[in-house]
Amino acid sequence: MNSRRHLHAYLLLGGFALGITQSTLASATDILKKDCAQCHNLTGPAATALKALWERKGPDLFYAGNKYKRDWLESWLQKPARIRPAGMYYGNHVERGAKSDEIKAATPPSHPVLSSADAKSATEALMSLRANSVLIKPGEYKPGSIPMSMGEMLFDKFRGCMACHEIEPGYGGLSGPEVHTAARRLQEDYMISFMRNPQAWDPRSFMPNKSLNDADLQKLVHYLRALSEENTK
Amino acid sequence: MKKTIARQLLGSALGLIILGSQTTVSAEETGEALYKTYCSQCHGIKGDGMGVNVRDMSVQPRDHTDRVAMSSRSDADLFKVVKEGGQAISKSVLMPPWAGAMSDNEINSVVKHMRVLCQCQHGSGS
Repeated sequence: MNSRRHLHAYLLLGGFALGITQSTLASATDILKKDCAQCHNLTGPAATALKALWERKGPDLFYAGNKYKRDWLESWLQKPARIRPAGMYYGNHVERGAKSDEIKAATPPSHPVLSSADAKSATEALMSLRANSVLIKPGEYKPGSIPMSMGEMLFDKFRGCMACHEIEPGYGGLSGPEVHTAARRLQEDYMISFMRNPQAWDPRSFMPNKSLNDADLQKLVHYLRALSEENTK
Repeated sequence: MKKTIARQLLGSALGLIILGSQTTVSAEETGEALYKTYCSQCHGIKGDGMGVNVRDMSVQPRDHTDRVAMSSRSDADLFKVVKEGGQAISKSVLMPPWAGAMSDNEINSVVKHMRVLCQCQHGSGS
């Protein structure tokens, strides 16, 4: 009950800051309460106990407005496709196969499909949730490019990120989210901030802090943008 | 005056939004739970180096149940590789540094859990 009150307060306050009308927010609040709050943390803070991390059913959304690209979010909610091959916490969805651990068939669960109108309202509400703004430096990412081969070398050979992420469908690690769609999903300044210090966003994240320097962070986002353009889903 | 109150309200609102997100890692976790969270994605649910991520890896993760290989490593070496990553001991970059996710005490607990997996101590493998 407390968290619901908080959610309403956050939405109202966030909406006030963004100039969203009261009636739009009321409808959006209903959708978030009804459809999202069961699986997503909409109010923060992030889990700090491992047990809570293991029980997480969907990504935290209390900073959704700092994380996602609006158009992608609205579109994805109407046609959700799996982003994390092994679910939110891979430990719940793997078992020993013939040779190595494999993702169990029929898990993890799929995301519900929202109607066009509900997706629009939910997106509006989610984009008003802007916790952790202090971690974002607006405009930090400077658009640029990197040859694909250099980007892959940086991502895989030099920084080892491919251990946990797929760089194309069916190729790469499985415990983390696929990265071939990352730049379509995520704001560039968020990607830089998260890769710089994942635990600042999510204290128990199993994404390691690799002490990436500023130049690497820019190049990695160039690469992720190029990957997203190359791999259309 | 109205503008000032509105500004104060907006300031409080944004402050609440920011404060609502602040987190600190609290209780210390067990080595087994930490291993299950951070290590088994590559080293496997059995700790034998056959985690869900190995399919396309260029270097096989260490088999922590390998008594001979594990007994050749000191606890200090194991601590260092978990905390600082593979490159810190001239091994693969695919093994990341976990200093940001675990405290030193917790990394020590992970090392102890690795000794349970290999059923060995440094120098006991021959």
